[in-house]
Amino acid sequence: MSALLSVDFWVLVGIVAGIYWIFTLGLQLEFGYCGLMNFGHVAFMAIAAYTMAILTVKAGLSMWVASVAAIAAAAVAGVMLGLPTVRLRADYFAITTIAFSEIVRYVATNEDSLTGGAQGTINLLGAEQAASYNASWERFRSWLGDALGLGTRDAVMLLVIVVTAILLTTVVWALMRTPWGRAIKAIREDEDAAQSLGKNVFAYRLQVLAMGSALAGIAGLFYAWQFSFFGPVDFAPLVTFFAWLIMILGGLARAWAVPVGALVFGVIFAGTRFFDFPPFSLLDSADRAYFRLIIIGLIILGLVLFRPQGILGKRAEMVLQ
Amino acid sequence: MGQTELVGDRRTRHCATTRLGSLTNAFPSLKQPNFVLTQLIVNGLVTGSVYAIGAVGISLIYGILRLVNFAYGEFMTAGAFLAYVGNVTLGLPIVLATGIGMLLTAGLALSLEPVLWRPLRRKQAGFMSMFLASIALALVIRSVILLVATPRSRSYDVDPYAVYRVGDVRLSQGAAFAIVVAIASITLVGVFLARTSTGRKLRAIADSRVLAAVAGVDVGRLTAVTWVITGCLAGLAGVLAGLVQSTFDPNFGFALLLPLFAAVLLGGLGSVYGALLGGLVLGLVTEVSTWSGFLGGVPPSYKPVIAFIALIVALIARPQGLLGRARTL
Repeated sequence: MSALLSVDFWVLVGIVAGIYWIFTLGLQLEFGYCGLMNFGHVAFMAIAAYTMAILTVKAGLSMWVASVAAIAAAAVAGVMLGLPTVRLRADYFAITTIAFSEIVRYVATNEDSLTGGAQGTINLLGAEQAASYNASWERFRSWLGDALGLGTRDAVMLLVIVVTAILLTTVVWALMRTPWGRAIKAIREDEDAAQSLGKNVFAYRLQVLAMGSALAGIAGLFYAWQFSFFGPVDFAPLVTFFAWLIMILGGLARAWAVPVGALVFGVIFAGTRFFDFPPFSLLDSADRAYFRLIIIGLIILGLVLFRPQGILGKRAEMVLQ
Repeated sequence: MGQTELVGDRRTRHCATTRLGSLTNAFPSLKQPNFVLTQLIVNGLVTGSVYAIGAVGISLIYGILRLVNFAYGEFMTAGAFLAYVGNVTLGLPIVLATGIGMLLTAGLALSLEPVLWRPLRRKQAGFMSMFLASIALALVIRSVILLVATPRSRSYDVDPYAVYRVGDVRLSQGAAFAIVVAIASITLVGVFLARTSTGRKLRAIADSRVLAAVAGVDVGRLTAVTWVITGCLAGLAGVLAGLVQSTFDPNFGFALLLPLFAAVLLGGLGSVYGALLGGLVLGLVTEVSTWSGFLGGVPPSYKPVIAFIALIVALIARPQGLLGRARTL
């Protein structure tokens, strides 16, 4: 239990929650505001992280240039996925997007020469030498840490992520108060009505997908920087489901509900790791991981059954239906 | 699925090693492409019939209960493991163990109706809530199976070397069992839906739940019937997939779920015959795509990707699926 009192541990929980905050913000834009039922959100996190790592390690680009290209790649991938699918009915769209995210993961697992294969980016240059993409990030982080007098690397990371997340959330919040944002919400409420008012539903949805995917891409970059290397297992469909949980926990169609959901999720996720009292002490750590997933699954079921509008959701505007 | 267990001669052993090793070409040294093609078509029919059973179950649930059931993959895993307990732990013959697995899976599916689905329906939960609830349910069931059974791979107590030959084509015992059982069970479901009074009522509910209730159909009882049938089909699909793949672990049902959804969408959500067709087409497409005569052959590890690409191409051409009704768009 002592780990529960350690500052370092909670900083790490904050980092994970912050990455999920940015990631889920993209989903909030797509589903909460525009009604696009994207169940393959994690694909764009993977595309950005891999693009950044591959361009830095293999093409020798500056990591910062590679990162901008990575976010663009995620946005373009969102549009590419959207072109054939946004016209589909919601249930078809949901299943097609989850299939897309699995395709991305299969390719990342099997194209060893491009992605490093199942071992992940550490094998980007082959099995002989360990590849690393985040030297520039580490330099930036220690420079910022010295400038601000922050002690640990993780504290700097947390600060950067939270500041970025607040900025992005403000942008999304403000966007929803523009005519563009109102058109997006109108499409969610009644596609035909929006169309009859001359709104190009198809184009709006593609724009939303591009922006949501770019947000997922930014989250993917932070994920890659924080953990120094990553592999296909980091982008399992479970990550998308966690984002759905966070969005619904916080409340739909509210940008500022996302951090609340992410924090609650982070505490549940990290907290259940320390169930070291009976009867849980009878389980070993792998079993406790399964147990944690059972608890998370039951929480989602409880929310769907008893509080479909989430913690901060506006019942009048948007309820999970 | 379905080719590495045909061990025996040098040629097939070579297949097994290339599958584990280089992924660039599945069958580089085979000199008889036509023979391979026939074998691949047979393998495709085996895979396709397993897909078809699973897809028909998913489609029935959607058609009658308006639910995209993401926990269906875990129903299949549960069926496979329950049959494993019968077959290996208790030493029962595989046919009997399959029956036990099916019935217990049906019990599991049925028990969730009063606990989860009925309360959700009573709250007028829409498609989204139901979909998300089924995802959460899948997570819970899978984690419970992992907790109880551990992630280890299992295989049934059947002779993996027993092979039937028809001309040059080889069929393992498990695969032959799968194809026979699949044809029998799908025919049964088809006759049940088309000819019996319960089947007609189920189709009436699929058309309109409210109108069927007004016409005096006992919707509650028939919902239970649906869960029993689809639970049995899920359990059966799980056991057959386990037999055809020769090994399975607690995650295998979830891995199968996405190709199954692809099959269901390919045929058109809610159309039972569409699901049947979609399953067979996807099984054939994924297996035949590894044939060296087809663009040099796709690496076997890409089979699921081929399934999704087939799906996306089909949806662009026909957004409501092969046999789906146009109103679905």
